Amino acid sequence: MTLIDLANPTRFMTLSARVLPWLAAATAILLAIGLYQSAVAPDDYQQGATVKIMFIHVPNAWLSMMVWGVMSLAALGTLVWRHPLADVAAKAAAPIGAAFTFLALVTGSLWGRPMWGTYWEWDARLTSVLILFLMYLGLIALWRAVEDPSRAARAAAILTLVGAINLPIIKFSVDWWNTLHQPASVLRMGGPTLDRAFLIPLLMMALAFSFLFLTLHLAAMRNEILRRRVRTLQMRQARASSSEVGSSSEVDSGSREGSASRPEFGSA
Amino acid sequence: MRAVESRHAAHAPAAVPRMTALTALIKRDLRIALRVGGGALIGVLFFLTVVVLMPFAVGPDLALLTRLGPAILWLGALLASLLTLDRVFAADHEDGSLDLIVMGRTPLELACAAKALAHWIAAGLPLIIATPVLGLLLNLDAASTSAVALTLLAGTPALTFTGMIGAALAVTLHRGGLLLAVLVLPLSIPVLIFGVAASQAAISGPLWFGAPFSILCALSLVSFVVGPFAAAASLRQGLD
Repeated sequence: MTLIDLANPTRFMTLSARVLPWLAAATAILLAIGLYQSAVAPDDYQQGATVKIMFIHVPNAWLSMMVWGVMSLAALGTLVWRHPLADVAAKAAAPIGAAFTFLALVTGSLWGRPMWGTYWEWDARLTSVLILFLMYLGLIALWRAVEDPSRAARAAAILTLVGAINLPIIKFSVDWWNTLHQPASVLRMGGPTLDRAFLIPLLMMALAFSFLFLTLHLAAMRNEILRRRVRTLQMRQARASSSEVGSSSEVDSGSREGSASRPEFGSA
Repeated sequence: MRAVESRHAAHAPAAVPRMTALTALIKRDLRIALRVGGGALIGVLFFLTVVVLMPFAVGPDLALLTRLGPAILWLGALLASLLTLDRVFAADHEDGSLDLIVMGRTPLELACAAKALAHWIAAGLPLIIATPVLGLLLNLDAASTSAVALTLLAGTPALTFTGMIGAALAVTLHRGGLLLAVLVLPLSIPVLIFGVAASQAAISGPLWFGAPFSILCALSLVSFVVGPFAAAASLRQGLD
């Protein structure tokens, strides 16, 4: 089964329906293990119990960037290969990525309150994650500003790719700006020499959150496909009823039945 | 008048070399921008108004205004260039000449670059020329004002060329205004950071002026490449 075989939404729906329960179960198990390991992980000698926020915060921050990567791949799929599921994938990923980014910000500021004494610090990492969050929101606004899904998909794909080029530049400039304005006021956690007692739960949580993303993304893609089918059916119904008013004939129920399994759902 | 000019620009005869078509496009855009209804100089007026508003917000403290001066000028220029951006493609879309440009013989990327250049000359350059006057209002001395003007000269092309992507997206979606601002402003953060940093470095130090300034120039150069391609791609994808 290659990627192009999934171009048929009906095939994707059957396959994802088979995969989704297993993914959800794996996510639940991994999350349980990861949460247990983080709960029994020892307190840090400096940070105390607040170090455990890291087990939630770091996977969220990683995923906030990874989701933009996934969306960029989907954007290439939309623009280059015209893969019919690529824009569904991109649209479904945006709110999930925004949620991960938001959680990374919230957990970061909750960690910052006892550590730095303030909820918000214009720290380089926090600031660039905040800008990432703004860009997610802009992207979602773009998706919501246009009714025609395929038109919105192409615009969002270009914005996603431009963002993918710009995000490293923004990250670099914010780092530069931050070191210029407040040198060495930032308490750095861990660093490369992270103890195994922290590293293993952290990696487990990262794996669990990646599976969580896969599960949520697949479910959101299914929802989006169903939403587009409903939209197509409603448009057909509206067209049928208006033509009934107009000429009172020529509405074959077969085409309405067939639309549910048509490959190119809402974009017609 | 405008329709005639746009026909000239897009229907450059086949024998005319490509550069002539682009110069014709630039000339046409400049002429439209500077004539009645073009609205290029409204950006300068907006810039002036924003800078005049600042002392009302932070107080008429000249020392403070001197310290904030480069930041105020940069923010004003950023907002002013954002304000005029949505006219880059929208006016041409309304009278149909954008379709001719898209279908024309000249590569769309080059045509987009030419339009952005014309827009920068019409809307960006006046901002830089106005900077010395506004520097007086903010109690900046001659050296500081020229430093800010120099960084604006290096940085505002990047604002225009990245903003052009947003303008192209907005015109294909038939949405402008706030959506454009929301999409473009996060992308302009690096330009703002290095523009203000270079001005501050030139005025008060302690950093060497060359480092942030050359990064600012690099940002402009990158935007010359990325902007036209992304704008052309979005026009080609969106206008069918």
